[in-house]
Amino acid sequence: MSKVYINGIGSISSQKTFGNNDFLEKILVYTNNVIPVVNPDYKEYIDPVAARRMAKGIKMGVVASRIALRDAGLENVDAIITGTGMGCVRDSEKFVSAIIDNDEKYLTPTSFIQSTHNTVGGQIALGLQCKGYNFTYVHASISFESTLLDAKLQLENDEANTILIGGVDEQGEHTIAIHKLINHIKLEKIETTKLLGSNTAGTIFGEGANFFVVSNKKQDSTYAEVLAVETYNTLLETEVLNTVILFLKDNNISVENIDAIVLGNNGDIQYDMFYNKLSSGLFKDTQQVYYKHLCGEFNTASSFGIWLASKILKTQKLPEAIKINKKSKENYRTILLYNQYRGENHSLTLLRKC
Amino acid sequence: MSKGVAITGMGIISAIGNNVTENYQSLINGKKGISRISKIKTIHQGDIMVGEIASTNLELEKQLGLTSDNNYSRTALLGAIAAKQAIEHAGILDITTYKTGLISATSVGGMDRTEAYYYDYLKNKDVQKYIEGHHAGDSTQKIAEQLGIKKSLVTTISTACSSAANAIMFGARLIKSGKLDRVVVGGTDCLSKFTINGFKTLMILSDTYNTPFDENRKGLNLGEAAAFLVLESDKVVTAESRDVLAYIKGYGNANDAYHQTASSENGDGATLAMQKALEVAKFIPADIDYINAHGTATGNNDLSEGRAILRVFGDKLPEFSSTKAYTGHTLAAAGAIEAVYAVLALQNNIIYPNLNFETQMKEFNITPQLQLKKKELQSVLSNSLGFGGNCSSLIFSKKQ
Amino acid sequence: MEVLKQELKENIIEQLNLEDITVEDIADNDVLFGDGLGLDSIDALELIVMLDKNYGIKLTDPKEGRAIFGSIEVMAKYITEHRTK
Repeated sequence: MSKVYINGIGSISSQKTFGNNDFLEKILVYTNNVIPVVNPDYKEYIDPVAARRMAKGIKMGVVASRIALRDAGLENVDAIITGTGMGCVRDSEKFVSAIIDNDEKYLTPTSFIQSTHNTVGGQIALGLQCKGYNFTYVHASISFESTLLDAKLQLENDEANTILIGGVDEQGEHTIAIHKLINHIKLEKIETTKLLGSNTAGTIFGEGANFFVVSNKKQDSTYAEVLAVETYNTLLETEVLNTVILFLKDNNISVENIDAIVLGNNGDIQYDMFYNKLSSGLFKDTQQVYYKHLCGEFNTASSFGIWLASKILKTQKLPEAIKINKKSKENYRTILLYNQYRGENHSLTLLRKC
Repeated sequence: MSKGVAITGMGIISAIGNNVTENYQSLINGKKGISRISKIKTIHQGDIMVGEIASTNLELEKQLGLTSDNNYSRTALLGAIAAKQAIEHAGILDITTYKTGLISATSVGGMDRTEAYYYDYLKNKDVQKYIEGHHAGDSTQKIAEQLGIKKSLVTTISTACSSAANAIMFGARLIKSGKLDRVVVGGTDCLSKFTINGFKTLMILSDTYNTPFDENRKGLNLGEAAAFLVLESDKVVTAESRDVLAYIKGYGNANDAYHQTASSENGDGATLAMQKALEVAKFIPADIDYINAHGTATGNNDLSEGRAILRVFGDKLPEFSSTKAYTGHTLAAAGAIEAVYAVLALQNNIIYPNLNFETQMKEFNITPQLQLKKKELQSVLSNSLGFGGNCSSLIFSKKQ
Repeated sequence: MEVLKQELKENIIEQLNLEDITVEDIADNDVLFGDGLGLDSIDALELIVMLDKNYGIKLTDPKEGRAIFGSIEVMAKYITEHRTK
């Protein structure tokens, strides 16, 4: 079986990450419960004629994928696999409200077309003229991990040599309004740096796109090797610890070998205890990292975690802003990532320095 | 690694039947499930026809034994019913005995509830329970719960009209690679105002019965349906002495990379998908005995797909037909519906007629199978082609 | 007619989200689809809705649109002859 490597990365997030040069040296702090992305100049990457019918999610996905390709020194790939929880949700909202407001009259196709979940993957393929395998996974907080799992299977079995994978989600006004009503978003505004200490229910919502070129060939630009990824539709709080122990055992890795653990804590007092099971127990002496105060919570936010871990492994730097505790190491060789959302759709990912 | 990917159970609910047997009876009796829409109030009622499932949401909830505080969308209800049938059909009593996953497909997700309560959400607490049921993964989570699948690989694919074919493909690869011993695969989509109006804006809805591969075809009829199949590894088949219904021999996915919604004129993506599927199966075109075409009856699809079929099969073209005239186009579920039909074709050595055909298309001289036909079948190829250039082909065979 | 042409240009730019194009960039006889302005079949569907909504003209076959949307000149002429509002 071939090994699987991350050879290029591209990130559009609420931090200034699209440049790919510095690594969170300057952090943007927000005082809100819904945070937007820092937009690159999309026109630099997308032809205006093509851009005229591109939703925000498409633009973010197309540009993040271009950045990842350039980073890997590639013009094209064998396959494109996209993860998105909600797709281009603004267009879904636009089309539903138009149906209701206009009593089904004078509707136009553009927002309907863009509301289709695979529109981002389709547009990336169209732009690259990539006729290869093209899948879109839409399973809440493991949408992105599903793309990684699919790509890994193909690369290990040499069904493809280079695959573009990514996670993308955009914010929509109505979606945010109703998620405030059911308290998935915090009622109060909060300074993002204080997210973990908030002691209240709900979290802060973000958006973004994180794309990666994964390959079965190592090259100079390689960030990390993908050792394993597993997803679980359910896990009880009491099952998390044993699941992690079993996962590490299956991959012949001991807890001491984990140099950092990247956790998806989002400051929701109702669900952060899933992470606490690990951070206050098995991994209490391990460097713990969090990131949702930087990118916000969204269905594919964990792709930002992979971006972060890739950067740590390649640069061997671990920015202060992401440290939960102070257990820094000289070398970061192996990183474990754990994420879940509202107690469902858990994922474990293992990356290693090359 | 498992060499074979065995299909050991199937479940289906569509406009032509509430289970596998009813669907088969309708298919061989030429019984269409297309009618004027009754369950959704729409101004287009008079100018569209649909493939609607008779049962109401309340009846479906009752069938599943759900309490009134449930927040199932119709997509989830249909999916849970079909998936439970598949498990029962396979004879699985305890799903936890083997490492079992679920790969579902949907395009509509919980949109039926969202469009009903869009503004109500903002003021009526009673309907807010459906907010969490909107996203595509929710129906899959609910189906997993209904089947008792826990702590496992459960995910959702949404690639428009090829979604369920891709769920089957990914499931097959998970079995082949040894990642799972058993996986339930399929798709579910209910009718919604959202899709009706969406396809209406694209001007590809027929105002009468859809007529696949007919020169005068006017467009598609939307349908609602769910279908799931149980895939098992050689290990499980042997250990449980299973009756294997058929094997998944080949699969291929490609992108047309041509247009946001339309297929390329020569069907590049569809051609690539069929070629890949043949390659995976280690087949030559002559090994295929019947093609269940995507055949939506839109001007664009049938021309593009027909040309692609000709490119791949040339003068070795076996019988082909589309079953969309029976069920309507069931979007993300279509690939699974037609997988069930392909397996039934193999089991019964039957080719279904392409209903409503009258006039030969002028762009080529291939004609779909028009009458029910008995033929010894070894392998069937099924196409699913969708928006975003997404093209998929699956090959089902009697032998491993 | 001149007022209608101006109105059409403004509406097309807005409806089709042609960000970098101004009314002055579109000449009355410019080809709108394909090599000209670069519009495609989805834009045609958008314009069909515009005809219905603004001028009460209903097209049932998208193929009809191709000829009608040849240029601003052609469109304006067709609308003048067929408008019901």
